[in-house]
Amino acid sequence: MNIFDFAHAFFGDSANWQGYDGIPQRFLEHLQYSLLALAVAAAIGLPVGLLTGHTGRGGNALAFIANAARALPSFGLLVLVVLLIGFGLLPVMIPLVVLAVPPILVTTYEAVRTVDPSPVDAARGMGMPESRILFQVEVPVALPLILSGLRSAAIQIVSTATIAAYVSLGGLGRYIIDGLYQRDYEKVVGGATLVAFLALVTLVLFWAAGRFTVSPGVRRR
Amino acid sequence: MIRIESVTKRYPDGTMAVDRLSLEIPDRSITVLVGPSGCGKTTTLRMINRMVEPTEGTILLDGADIQRQPVTTLRRSMGYVIQNAGLFQHRTVVDNIATVPRMLGWGRQRARERAAELMERVGLDTALAKRYPYQLSGGQQQRVGVARALAADPPVLLMDEPFSAVDPVVRKGLQDELLRIQEELGKTIVFVTHDIDEAVKLGTMVAVLREGGRLAQYAPPAELLSDPADAFVEDFLGADRGIRGLSFLSTTALELTTDPVIPPDATAERIGAADAAHLLVTDGEGRPLGWSEPRRLTAGDIRPDRLLPYGRPFVPGVDSLRVALDCAVLSPTGWAVAVDDAGRVRGVVSQQTIGDAIRTAHQDGRTAHQDGRAGDEKVLG
Ligand SMILES: Nc1ncnc2c1ncn2[C@@H]1O[C@H](COP(=O)(O)OP(=O)(O)OP(=O)(O)O)[C@@H](O)[C@H]1O
Ligand SMILES: [Mg+2]
Repeated sequence: MNIFDFAHAFFGDSANWQGYDGIPQRFLEHLQYSLLALAVAAAIGLPVGLLTGHTGRGGNALAFIANAARALPSFGLLVLVVLLIGFGLLPVMIPLVVLAVPPILVTTYEAVRTVDPSPVDAARGMGMPESRILFQVEVPVALPLILSGLRSAAIQIVSTATIAAYVSLGGLGRYIIDGLYQRDYEKVVGGATLVAFLALVTLVLFWAAGRFTVSPGVRRR
Repeated sequence: MIRIESVTKRYPDGTMAVDRLSLEIPDRSITVLVGPSGCGKTTTLRMINRMVEPTEGTILLDGADIQRQPVTTLRRSMGYVIQNAGLFQHRTVVDNIATVPRMLGWGRQRARERAAELMERVGLDTALAKRYPYQLSGGQQQRVGVARALAADPPVLLMDEPFSAVDPVVRKGLQDELLRIQEELGKTIVFVTHDIDEAVKLGTMVAVLREGGRLAQYAPPAELLSDPADAFVEDFLGADRGIRGLSFLSTTALELTTDPVIPPDATAERIGAADAAHLLVTDGEGRPLGWSEPRRLTAGDIRPDRLLPYGRPFVPGVDSLRVALDCAVLSPTGWAVAVDDAGRVRGVVSQQTIGDAIRTAHQDGRTAHQDGRAGDEKVLG
């Protein structure tokens, strides 16, 4: 049996499409964890990245924190948090957010900091307030890079959200962990395929978001 | 009027960018700041809209300290144009130009109409309205930059080397356009450049700065060229300042002669009577045809194709002495041809006569400057 046979068997079994352990249910759970983690990470990473990028200050401290956060293994962090505060959604969110903040923060900072200074200078010279300079001059030009930071964060979250299953929560990780435990490789391959599919969907969504939000003048097309 | 009163700018790293500079910038005219790289031109300009705060001294706008009003209000009363235009990449040409009106709360429609009006004013085809900056040439981008600065009709326009990144032909076009716009709008323009030719061409007054941000000379361009204050200014003006100074001298008083000018049907007597090495033959309506030695002319059979070319004519009272001299230098006979608006010959003038006119003008000019100085001293004393 190769992995295509496993996948074929898994998706062909109608029992896998129903109930609390069915594909729609697990997919939805996975999506919920991912979206929540991404929202929280963006709520932290975007404002800090925009502000530091605009002022050009705090870049070194930022890089240090981001690198430190990157060095933390998500699974280890999960175990640690569970030991500290017990089971639940929160201990899953913490490692996911810690994972996602650095790429959002660092790319947003870099994206805004490297915007061509002359339009910013012109804007300031015409009496534009700083907030307006940030949101109407810098962000529109920095948007492709900012989106790419969000995209890599989203992809990492989608693949890492499988750890939720370790702390008895749902999501696509259930198939992988339960499958490994039960030596049910159909399940393992099926779960992994679904995670890969969700990652792909994420990529497509970000591509579409770029198409609709980035000005043709910036895309140069 | 903008008054800069002994303003000094020392940057935090100790660089002395501007050193006790005082300037009076007259209303409704172009004042040019010129000088070598790093002499503090940009710093001076940016202190006027408070992009840079002076270390010492004050700047007055219409008598009031510019520190007294909110910085955004100040900046919105001054258009600002920079070297690479600094256009917003994500906005179309109209939306770039409409930026300040939109910021001031104008409706979208009204702001766009105003933008279209300005495109015409700065010589941009309105077909470019929906383009993005990357779809424009450097010269077009610069025009958009000027239009954007003029959009809310500010009384003051600050321009920092706006035309230095485009090729000489486009630059000349932009300069002419600026002079034309200025004629129509009468803004108070402060213009920074490191190009002395541009300074002389555009400036009503020219301030020459030297390294360390000190004022070397502040004078109208003609005076600058004829009377540089010191060796630094003289050196900065370049080797041909004498010739360039002629652009400011009028040809109105130039003495023309019609002696060597003959009609196509001139008689042998007329040809023989002329006391000149060359004669200028005109057509029936008095337009120049060309030069010839008298002995090569046969009365009644003057052949235009046998004549020497008369070169480029000048229009007295319109063209400067520099143009007249240029015409004489380029003429094969050493005589310049003066014509009226319709191109009919008004007379001819020799290099000798032009040379005399230059000498006279310089003498008069020198007396005028001396009078001016005496007057200044009285005011200062
Ligand atoms: N932000 C700054 N910090 C420190 N020094 C500065 C700063 N800006 C300019 N300077 C220095 O101040 C001096 C004057 O600079 P400024 O930009 O006003 O010159 P400029 O006449 O406009 O030169 P250029 O023709 O090259 O544009 C230079 O020696 C420059 O290095
Ligand atoms: Mg400069």
